[in-house]
Amino acid sequence: MDFPFLLQTMKTLLAALPMTLALFLLSVSCGLVLALLIVWMRVGGNAVARNFAKGYIFVFRGSPLLIQMFLIFYGLGQFGFIRYSFLWPALREPFVCAVLALALCTAGYTAEIFRGGLRAVSPREIEAARAIGMSGGLLVRRILAPIAFRHALPAYSTEVVMMVKSTALASLVTVWEVTGVAQRLISQTYRTMEVFLCAALIYLVLNFIILQAFAALERRLSRHRDTAPRPLPNAKPQIA
Amino acid sequence: MTFIEMLGFGQKGWAGLLLGAALLTICVTATALVIGACLGAVVASAKLSGSRSLRLIGHVYTTVFRGVPELLIIYVIYFGGSAAVTAVGSFLGYTGFLGLPSFVAGALAVGMISGAYQAEVYRGAFLAISRGELEAAQAIGMAKGLRFRRIIMPQVVRLAIPGIGNVWQLSLKDSALVSVTGLAELMRTTQIAAGSTRQYFLFFIIGGCLYLVLTSLSDRVFQRAERRANRSMPASMGQA
Repeated sequence: MDFPFLLQTMKTLLAALPMTLALFLLSVSCGLVLALLIVWMRVGGNAVARNFAKGYIFVFRGSPLLIQMFLIFYGLGQFGFIRYSFLWPALREPFVCAVLALALCTAGYTAEIFRGGLRAVSPREIEAARAIGMSGGLLVRRILAPIAFRHALPAYSTEVVMMVKSTALASLVTVWEVTGVAQRLISQTYRTMEVFLCAALIYLVLNFIILQAFAALERRLSRHRDTAPRPLPNAKPQIA
Repeated sequence: MTFIEMLGFGQKGWAGLLLGAALLTICVTATALVIGACLGAVVASAKLSGSRSLRLIGHVYTTVFRGVPELLIIYVIYFGGSAAVTAVGSFLGYTGFLGLPSFVAGALAVGMISGAYQAEVYRGAFLAISRGELEAAQAIGMAKGLRFRRIIMPQVVRLAIPGIGNVWQLSLKDSALVSVTGLAELMRTTQIAAGSTRQYFLFFIIGGCLYLVLTSLSDRVFQRAERRANRSMPASMGQA
């Protein structure tokens, strides 16, 4: 093992880590907001919105992310009305295009995951909430959202890990994140295994941290399940 | 040149090339699925075995291949594989660079990723087989091989079909990344067509639509396979 080389490689790759993290954080948070909007349209009463959401989910889950990214990066610039619009300074940047493609794609997957979470909310809980007069926003905020989010959490953590891996595609639209730098190092040094080991280590550590954070969040959100229910203050202690 | 000419089957049309490329995409994915099935079965049995070291190896395999970006794995197999082939060639007396064919490298890389996911699918399916059936088989004196062939294998295949369908969809989209090795599959051909006609938007949309056709067709195929495999089972929850 050539430790100086490994150390040098690690340093070079870590310098690209902030770019990977920026891509990841921005696209996951934008994707989350967009997913909430789509899931709202998907389960809402409006037929037009519902079909739009269905179509959106079908298209973005059914085609590869790379083609979506190229469509945005190369395809949009073809149109004059976009090139001369106020959006062009942003859409000209590869970084913006990569984040946009990643966010649009993950929104499709995340919307389906959250829909699954919503379906896991027992109709009785909704009925109970309605029976005591909760409606609209209050019902969503107090009953639907917390329960659905907790049910969706394991699947959502998988999707977030997928997003870490997907940021690698940004290197193909000239955003120099970890995988892109690793590819450049491989083609300069021809030392495939060493570079791979370093890059893989970075991604694995990143994913490990994310999964631990989600596990902690899940534990926190299901605390009420582990502990026995507290007896009511004025209830008589039961004698077995 | 009109759109019709550009998209037709004629001398200057891209339709024939794109359809051929879609076929190549299916070939890459199918080869990867077979490689992944073999790897997945081996890794799943390692993860289920009594030996601690085998379990550890299986665990490391699934963690690495599910946690590292697909693009990075494709780079490593392509560049590393070429280096390995060149080394073998020089050992046999051939001097000069030998490349790993991009089809082989791509199918191998996507296959290794798919193997990690398939291992989890097979492990889950095995664990879902009722313990009583395995004990019953043992009780009437079935040998290990016979028990595997008559009891375990048919049920694992039946229970694994939905999971394999998911892995197939993943591999189909991963196969788009093989385009970085220069293999003229659907993604690469779309890129070439877009570049040479300067109609980026049009061709990426068409490429995306072809991928959507592939994913929705394969969805149908797997649904039918699931129905067929379950034809002797009483109707149960979550059936297609």
